[in-house]
Amino acid sequence: MKKIAILLFMGACIAACGGNAEKSSGTSESSSSESGKTENGNPSYDPERGEGKFTEVAVGEKLDPIMAAAGEKVYGVKCVSCHKLTGEKLVGPGWLGVTDRHTAAWIMNFATNTDAMLNKDPKAQAQLEICLVRMPNQNIADEDARALYEFMRRNDGIK
Amino acid sequence: MKNYKHLAVAALSFSLLFGFTACKPKNAGSAVSSDAAAKVYVAPGKYDEFYNFVSGGFSGQMSTYGLPSGRLLRVIPVFSVDPEKGWGYSEETKPMLNTSHGFVPWDDLHHVQVSKTNGEYDGRWAFGNANNTPRVARIDLTTFRTAEIIELPNSGGNHSSPFITENTEYVVAGTRFSVPPDDANGDVPINTYKQNFKGTISFISVAKENGAMDIAFQLQCPGVNFDLSRAGKGVSHGWFFFSMYNTEQANTLLEVNASQKDKDFIMAVNWKKAEEYIKAGKGRKQSVKYAHNVYSDITHSATSTIKTEVTVLDVKDFKDLCYFFPCPKSPHGCDVSPTGEYIVGSGKLAALIPVFSFDKLQKAIAAKDYIGEFDGVPILKYESVLYGEVKKPGLGPLHTEFDNKGFAYTSMFVSSEIVKWNIKDLKVVDRVPTYYSVGHLTVAGGDTKTPNGKYLVAYNKITKDRYLPTGPELSQSAQLYDISGEKMQLILDFPTIGEPHYAQIVPADLIKKNSVKFFKMEENKNPYFSNGEAATKVVRTGNRIDVYMTAIRSHLTPDNIEGIKMGDEVYFHVTNLEQDWDVPHGFAIKGAATAELLIMPGETQTLKWNPDKVGIFPMYCTDFCSALHQEMTGYIRVSPAGSNTPLLFSTGKNYAVSDTAKKK
Repeated sequence: MKKIAILLFMGACIAACGGNAEKSSGTSESSSSESGKTENGNPSYDPERGEGKFTEVAVGEKLDPIMAAAGEKVYGVKCVSCHKLTGEKLVGPGWLGVTDRHTAAWIMNFATNTDAMLNKDPKAQAQLEICLVRMPNQNIADEDARALYEFMRRNDGIK
Repeated sequence: MKNYKHLAVAALSFSLLFGFTACKPKNAGSAVSSDAAAKVYVAPGKYDEFYNFVSGGFSGQMSTYGLPSGRLLRVIPVFSVDPEKGWGYSEETKPMLNTSHGFVPWDDLHHVQVSKTNGEYDGRWAFGNANNTPRVARIDLTTFRTAEIIELPNSGGNHSSPFITENTEYVVAGTRFSVPPDDANGDVPINTYKQNFKGTISFISVAKENGAMDIAFQLQCPGVNFDLSRAGKGVSHGWFFFSMYNTEQANTLLEVNASQKDKDFIMAVNWKKAEEYIKAGKGRKQSVKYAHNVYSDITHSATSTIKTEVTVLDVKDFKDLCYFFPCPKSPHGCDVSPTGEYIVGSGKLAALIPVFSFDKLQKAIAAKDYIGEFDGVPILKYESVLYGEVKKPGLGPLHTEFDNKGFAYTSMFVSSEIVKWNIKDLKVVDRVPTYYSVGHLTVAGGDTKTPNGKYLVAYNKITKDRYLPTGPELSQSAQLYDISGEKMQLILDFPTIGEPHYAQIVPADLIKKNSVKFFKMEENKNPYFSNGEAATKVVRTGNRIDVYMTAIRSHLTPDNIEGIKMGDEVYFHVTNLEQDWDVPHGFAIKGAATAELLIMPGETQTLKWNPDKVGIFPMYCTDFCSALHQEMTGYIRVSPAGSNTPLLFSTGKNYAVSDTAKKK
């Protein structure tokens, strides 16, 4: 009787584990829910766009200086600890030229959906291999991410 | 396949474990059935169904377990310092442990109550009592942190606390050690107990919107030992019941002298009536001194205010406020059934359990069915209030909780068992042994209007052979019983911290969704907050140095500080710049005569340091934060008093040699 109970109990656990393998790697709730979205809406992963809510970002030809200034403020609180404005690596890579290396959507997805990107995106993972510190999720609001992108453009010489 | 093997091993070792207990006396083996392991198994990554908030007893803290797994989830520091969390060591938390006696680093937390609305848990706050230096604490269940502590004047040994009314209108506190009132001359012979000592009951109001506590009024009662209490609910809402012993009013060798009478009392308090008297201005303003401490999650710091007045009603002056009814043999628990109809008294030294009827109580009061007075308070006739007695339940009943099927569960200390009985016909239907000598017990929702009849936990006083020996002291054992069936079934032992007394079992769904993950930097109003690394600085004001520092994976800013001198008083205000869940940073300095700081994301905490010698002092992050955690360090240079080492601070910069020491 004991044996049967244990077997049954094991069976229950095995069944419970079956559907879960996919999700278990993520460290945060957002990563699993976000990947669900992409699988539904966008089956083929686009490494230029990355993982997250941003797809097409409207970027003006000229710089929006007000937005860039707002981005600089966010940078001062949430980013400067790890990112220099030159090309030099601190904890994370320097920002000079970042807008040439990545699309606006990719950058904004990385800023707002950090854990999912680190778990899935090849370019983010390649960067992690160099830096070895997972970029913290700094809970950056959507409009702050856009402002940061504008600040990056200013840093890259866009006028 | 490997996983399954592990599971099998785990399951086997469970059954082995329980198999071994079969050798113990008292038929422990037969008490554990083969499906016990499955019932308590919560798979890795899965959540428990219930939070179990458990008093830490003489640790002074409150612990949180998951049920049915019995896994320890968190120890919440409340009345005792906790160096691990910087509680009572950081400048921001020190005021929380302030009292009218000054800073008190320890207490004894006995009972836990989770806030209620309509007689059911609402999961907003947990309350705990300090038994030694009388206080009540409120813990915020969104942060799992102590948010408020209020001290109780005119009190000694706050034991019958922090029991609450059905809408958390009041938290009560009753004094176990009667003492002369604070405004009286306390310099009296101890054997003048009968004349000079008073028992005080405090009604602490709780603000609906934010939980803020305030002593609404106190009842001055005869000098006795108030033991436990429960609010009425449902039909008895508006009343409160307090058990007491030592109606002999002995002041020495209570073991013998407070056990002389066959019956002591339970005091019924009409608190709605008390409210009316207070509103009508009948209370006496008494000048006292007590601390009220509040922690803010916006300033990330506590303030302590000394208050100087309470309003007191002397119960002998109000004939319709309090009534005593006899209860056999030094009553301990006085627990109220889910409908509020029955009050179960438990005489520690009794061999029966009296059950009182609220309806009969009301009738007896209306008929003035008194057998006398005790210090001016009317005593009702035992038989007039009694609903019936549970005969031969066992020895030494202590506490009773209830399920959703009309049964009551009473812990029996002397005969070391839990007894299940029917509330209506008072017949015992089941009993199970505990290992050993159960004190409190708790049923999921067992003190609410709607108990969940799934689990019962017994908190045992004696552990002996339940765990691997660990020297003279063993951790106290809790035992989980499945009470969903007809027979109670022991399914798990788990060790606890301190000495647990009362506890609450609350559905996880009520609480987990409200849990705070980090503090928003935008809302940080700590006066020493650094809003980003650019805001960091070191400021000298005379011999006071304020270091505005930040921590983020994986460096401190500034991490090189020079120009500190002997005799300086240095305050490190560390802001954690992270904005993600579960990324605290720690902070410690060599030789600092304090604890570490443990700073939550978005929070600012302050460590005070008095350098004790000239030289270089390392500092570092103590909470592993990233692959470069070992690099999260820095140095402080301490120079002799009066030296002219310039004040310098930086991160990522090596200053040119400006070293005054070199010039020598």
